[in-house]
Amino acid sequence: MPAECDVRIRMYAQMARSRYFEEAIKVAYLEGKQPLFNMAKGPIPGEMHLSSGQEPCAVGVCAHLRPDDTVTATHRAHHIAIAKGVALNAMAAEIFGKRDGLSGGRGGHMHLFDAGVNFCCSGIVAQGMGPAVGAALAAKLGGSDAVAVSFIGEGAANQGAFHESLNLAAVWKVPVVFVIEDNAWGISVAKRASTAIERNSDRAASYGMPGSFVADNDIDAIYAAAGEAIQRARAGGGPTLIEIETWRLEGHFMGDAEGYRPSGEVAALQTRDPLIVYRQRLAAAGVSTAELESIEGRELRAVTDALQFARKSDYPAAESAFDTVFS
Amino acid sequence: MTATTTAATARRLTIAKAMSEAIGQSMDADPKVIVLGEDIGALGGVFGTTQGLLERFGAGRVRDTPISETAFIGAAVGLAAAGMRPVVELMFVDFFGVCMDAIYNLAAKQSYFSGGHVCCPLVLMTSVGGGYGDAGQHSQCLYATFAHLPGLKVVMPSNAYDAKGLMLSAIADANPVVFMFHKALQGMGWLGTVPGSIVHVPQEMYEVPIGKAATVRPGRDITLVGLGLTVHLALQAATTLAAEGIEAEVIDLRTIAPLDHGAVAVSVAKSRRLIVVDDDYRSFGVSAEVIAGACESGVDWLAAPARITHPDVPIPYSPALEHPLLPSAAKIVELSRQLCRGGAV
Ligand SMILES: Cc1ncc(C[n+]2csc(CCOP(=O)(O)OP(=O)(O)O)c2C)c(N)n1
Repeated sequence: MPAECDVRIRMYAQMARSRYFEEAIKVAYLEGKQPLFNMAKGPIPGEMHLSSGQEPCAVGVCAHLRPDDTVTATHRAHHIAIAKGVALNAMAAEIFGKRDGLSGGRGGHMHLFDAGVNFCCSGIVAQGMGPAVGAALAAKLGGSDAVAVSFIGEGAANQGAFHESLNLAAVWKVPVVFVIEDNAWGISVAKRASTAIERNSDRAASYGMPGSFVADNDIDAIYAAAGEAIQRARAGGGPTLIEIETWRLEGHFMGDAEGYRPSGEVAALQTRDPLIVYRQRLAAAGVSTAELESIEGRELRAVTDALQFARKSDYPAAESAFDTVFS
Repeated sequence: MTATTTAATARRLTIAKAMSEAIGQSMDADPKVIVLGEDIGALGGVFGTTQGLLERFGAGRVRDTPISETAFIGAAVGLAAAGMRPVVELMFVDFFGVCMDAIYNLAAKQSYFSGGHVCCPLVLMTSVGGGYGDAGQHSQCLYATFAHLPGLKVVMPSNAYDAKGLMLSAIADANPVVFMFHKALQGMGWLGTVPGSIVHVPQEMYEVPIGKAATVRPGRDITLVGLGLTVHLALQAATTLAAEGIEAEVIDLRTIAPLDHGAVAVSVAKSRRLIVVDDDYRSFGVSAEVIAGACESGVDWLAAPARITHPDVPIPYSPALEHPLLPSAAKIVELSRQLCRGGAV
């Protein structure tokens, strides 16, 4: 299912929005943390896992999703949240720990919840897989054709929850798609050092479900593979496992010195930056520079506005920490 | 030890360095000691607990694992049963949810179920604590969650000297020891570190006994009991209180299980006032256990024993929410004044 021209333009816009968001968050995150980096300081404290380079995975998959489809994501989730349509201002405010944030500052960057578009993410590796199976079963039992998508990193494919969830999804034949963003690293541990086979998509066979592999961080190929899987899921054909080769252009988290990474690896990946690659591809397909620039200007403004909104929002009242422990 | 150490001979280490040194010396002394965990090889541990070990001992004994806590902690129990002495890292204590079975239903019960024939000399080191905006799945303490379970020993140093000595004791112990280290004390540049945790650490191997608290400041008027980070908060409060004429005795638990009730009892018998400072959740925790033990020792209280803890809510992300919930020296000072000036119970 190749993408139509307008879909490709929308995907480019989302990739750009996602990248601009990460670039803006990166700058804000480093405020108060220089020259001495201290995670506790500045307007955005705690760990910060940026998704720069991984936009194609989120955008190419979520292009097929509706608001009533569920997405569960990981600690590295900004791109996925944006692609799923999470409210950008409230998301930025959450990351700044503000009152107008998605959860009023309770969750932060690793715990973005937007019930309006059925999105959530988590700081525990592979935790979202079981809930995605549950959301898919609920859709099936409710007679809807909604699907669930669980995003994980390749490192998460070695967690018990991965294997249990795949089997459960297959046994129940529920409409769920498991998407592995293979950026080759789980913090400092290379995939080849932690995973006994080259491609996790081959593991799909053990659970009696289709598995596919998408090379090269190619958003058009991701769009096609995801489209097939999601269509199958909506039609009652059960789960699929997709592994996508992608790149982590930043450290595991901000402040990561990346001493474990072969020198030149990031520089080489940057020459294949998916945003630049896709821009060139669209230009070659006849999209004018003026149109691309207008998209870029619009997306950058949306991001700038979101961060401004976040900065202007007040901090939550201290007493609100006690609210919502129970519903 | 600091008092008798001249500046020339002082080796002021962070807890991270002290832990790494203890593990390295144990590996030198005993080929059965090996290290497993996520990012403990080339990275030297996210919290610096295994610095330099891969280079010295190689990938056979310093093993980076997949993100498979159930499997590698279970494997550590198997290694221990086969006579090895594994030191395993669970990166954040919050992650225990994916592997608790191997810890509490397996490691903790090996000795008992085998009638003492199989032992489990395993050290599970894990980071605890918040205060730096890492939110509710990366900031918990969960001391009591582990200390509640028979068959597990649980320790936590407040300084590098104790870190090395407790680590050497833990590795030498025939039982599973959960070695907690507090992120606010660890000495990683990127986290900020309470300076009092960085102290002189002797080069040679020595043990700090498991199960023994330390009185880190003597005082007659009130007993402040802390662990890890809260020891430093209590010491800070004690300095302020001393200027007001209130002499606080500060006890560093050092071991959470088995808890040194005796040390607390001796102190409260004298002071007859007690505050426990614990950054874990309030209910059913270390603070309750310490106070219950003190009451059981039969103290004629001058004031009802009290506690300062994190309340029973998940750790929030925003500093505006998180910081007010944490124990602080100011809270200890305030409550100590109330207890000391509030008259008899
Ligand atoms: C159960 C659990 N174990 C360990 C961690 C610590 N941790 C956080 S991210 C990460 C690496 C994850 O690698 P991967 O799944 O490939 O995702 P990536 O970070 O590359 O996006 C680890 C080990 C965790 N959060 N949860």
